[in-house]
Amino acid sequence: MVEFSTALLAIAAAFVLFAVVALYRVFVGPTIHDRVIAVNVAGTNTVIAIALVAAAFEESAFLDVALVYALLNFLLSIAFSKFNVEHGGVL
Amino acid sequence: MTPVEWAIVVLALLGAFFGAVAAIGIIRMPDIYTRAHAASKSDTLGAVLTIAAVALALESGLSTVKAAFLVIFMFITNPTAAHAIARAAEDQGIEPWTTEDEQ
Repeated sequence: MVEFSTALLAIAAAFVLFAVVALYRVFVGPTIHDRVIAVNVAGTNTVIAIALVAAAFEESAFLDVALVYALLNFLLSIAFSKFNVEHGGVL
Repeated sequence: MTPVEWAIVVLALLGAFFGAVAAIGIIRMPDIYTRAHAASKSDTLGAVLTIAAVALALESGLSTVKAAFLVIFMFITNPTAAHAIARAAEDQGIEPWTTEDEQ
């Protein structure tokens, strides 16, 4: 029988694996937008992994880290897509 | 494990499934628009399911509220970011992929 926190940590490890898989698209992506999309997915998976670790260790302080990381991830995507086009009018 | 813990693990496993779908879509899809589709939809659903599991798992009220905020942020920010990136690609004149490109 698997321990509860071990199951949560295993799922967090799976999400870290998916983030590493998305890094392949960051490496080879033909356009800059492919890279930004892949970085966005990797960041989202990192946020999920941090939240799962917070649940596994019952350490709710990690949730603050996850919140800040999610907002910075969003800001990165918006800033990259805004400053890549000439007029800057994406949103 | 108690029934609530089983529910948490099943929710998180469902979220991991959608995260795997997003990762496969990012790797296998042919162009930026289809990749943005995979990234925005599957990854948002996976994130929301998994963080809902985290909100169930955490005991105290404040951390549950924090996890709920994280769910709301994910629901709003993830599709917005994908939309902005796809629109920037469209502004730069990247043509959508069609089946004629294969031949």
